[in-house]
Amino acid sequence: MEYRLELRNVSKSFGEVQALEDINFQLGQNEIVGLLGDNGAGKSTLIKIITGYYQPTSGEIYFNGRKVDHLSVPKARELGVETVYQERALAELQTLWRNIFLGRELCNSMGFLDIQRMRDETHRLMTQSMGFTSHAVSPDSRVGKYSGGEKQGVAIVRALFFDAEIIVLDEPTMGLSLKESAKLVNFVTNIKQAGKSAIFIDHNIFHVYNVADRVVVIDRGRVAGEFLTKSIGVTELMDKMVRVAETGKFD
Amino acid sequence: MDAMNSQINETAPEVSQHFKVPFSFRRFVRTNSAQLGILGVFLTLWIIFIVSAPKTFLSGLIYSAFMSSIPFFAIMAIPLTIVVIAKEIDLSFPSIMAMGMVAFSFTYNWTAFLDNTTLQVGLAIIAALVTGSIIGWINGVIIVKFGIPSLVVTIGTQFFWRGAVLVLTQGANFTLIFIKKTIFYTLLVGKIGGYFPMQMVWLILITIIGWVMLNRHRFGAHIYLVGDNINSAELMGVNTGRTRIQAFMLIGLISAFAGVIASFYVAYFWPSLGDGYLLSTLASVFLGGTSVFGGTGTILGTFLGAFIIGAIEAATVAIGLTGYWTNLIYGLIIVLSVIMHTYLRKRGE
Repeated sequence: MEYRLELRNVSKSFGEVQALEDINFQLGQNEIVGLLGDNGAGKSTLIKIITGYYQPTSGEIYFNGRKVDHLSVPKARELGVETVYQERALAELQTLWRNIFLGRELCNSMGFLDIQRMRDETHRLMTQSMGFTSHAVSPDSRVGKYSGGEKQGVAIVRALFFDAEIIVLDEPTMGLSLKESAKLVNFVTNIKQAGKSAIFIDHNIFHVYNVADRVVVIDRGRVAGEFLTKSIGVTELMDKMVRVAETGKFD
Repeated sequence: MDAMNSQINETAPEVSQHFKVPFSFRRFVRTNSAQLGILGVFLTLWIIFIVSAPKTFLSGLIYSAFMSSIPFFAIMAIPLTIVVIAKEIDLSFPSIMAMGMVAFSFTYNWTAFLDNTTLQVGLAIIAALVTGSIIGWINGVIIVKFGIPSLVVTIGTQFFWRGAVLVLTQGANFTLIFIKKTIFYTLLVGKIGGYFPMQMVWLILITIIGWVMLNRHRFGAHIYLVGDNINSAELMGVNTGRTRIQAFMLIGLISAFAGVIASFYVAYFWPSLGDGYLLSTLASVFLGGTSVFGGTGTILGTFLGAFIIGAIEAATVAIGLTGYWTNLIYGLIIVLSVIMHTYLRKRGE
């Protein structure tokens, strides 16, 4: 079977610092992969290589079995990668519709914006997908005024609008209330049902365990191991995680 | 957070109803507080001017004079607004004005064999504009590729290009009297009906184009995003480097154009061309409500700001104060307006 996404021997260094070393990573069709690892293990770097933000120092990237060179953010988005970043990647002084279409403005061949359509689409997404009913939230309101959950909602809805094939969620529950986190986990399950693939990073091992088909453990820039969630218990996984963080080995 | 409950595979259906918000006066005031603020300052100052010097400010002559002199720096304030919204600054534009005119005179002299003044002047204008764009491009490339703050880079290039002007002209000034015979003189600095100056037409044109580019074009959308949060813009695939380089090219191009019209107006070239415009151009932008922190700002605000700045000098003299007061009042108005805009913005949030 062809993988949706595959990294082969990917390394990334920033000057002297080796952030990732010889990473082999696969994401299957309609698979949810959880990425686990301690702080600074290299999860975010790996994500940013997949989204085209960083170029790997060496190694190869394949989408649907085809090698892609010089992956950039626009190229990755074209290939169907949409990301909900840990830092949310919003422009807080700008209006909601500008944030929804950030970097992907709807415009004609001359580059002139189709503002009415962007506002209409934003309004539709708000009422149908985001469930925003508050009057403070309109396509023309500034995103900086929103609550943490609302901002996360914007980041997620934005990822959905563009018909993503691979949805990358980088610490999406950070700063969310318990109820909002539960909704988010439910949302990841929906991705699976819709036949899409996702990479899910979270510091909360329970969130990851409950939705992921497979978890990949990253430690000190390397893949320390991977487990199918159906063949490992959550307590066992947690023990292994602690052991890896302490010793670099599972056993 | 109900995003989580949504269907992932829905594709955008055609929207039959357009989204419209019913008009609300309070919301209008809140969303346009910066522009209303500057409009208020503009009208208040104008009334003060009329009351204190009615003879000057109730006569049409002063307005004709304003429309002649203000466009020289006001047209540069438009692209400078775009640069400042992108959280950058350009201090080298006065030198670009002069450097464009150096390219103008060299091209005019080199094309003497054509023996056709109109053609020569036309080519010389193009050379000036191209030179301005190239200098802007160089500024942008240094700032983006080396990651040096634009404040530092453009202080450096300001001196460099002023120096280049002095070296290339050997510090000499020269007449441009020949341009008066060409159509370009009428087109650039002529007077419609003997009253309405052409440079004012160019200012209006550049203001409209600037507004459209900033508010109705992808370029402007990216400018706001870069100035607001460059990291988010980059994560979402905006080419932040190219956007900023384009902004610097734009101010380079327009500065060279301002240099051409300012020189044509007096039909003379001084190597110090542009020196007096640094402060008034910057002041127009900040007085107009463009945030020093990037991400917000309007073209209309800058347009009004430029006229306030231009009127202050005339007003101080007309009111009976000496010219020495001009800088003091400039400084006071800039500081007060920046405080006002910051306050209004905090309240609007």
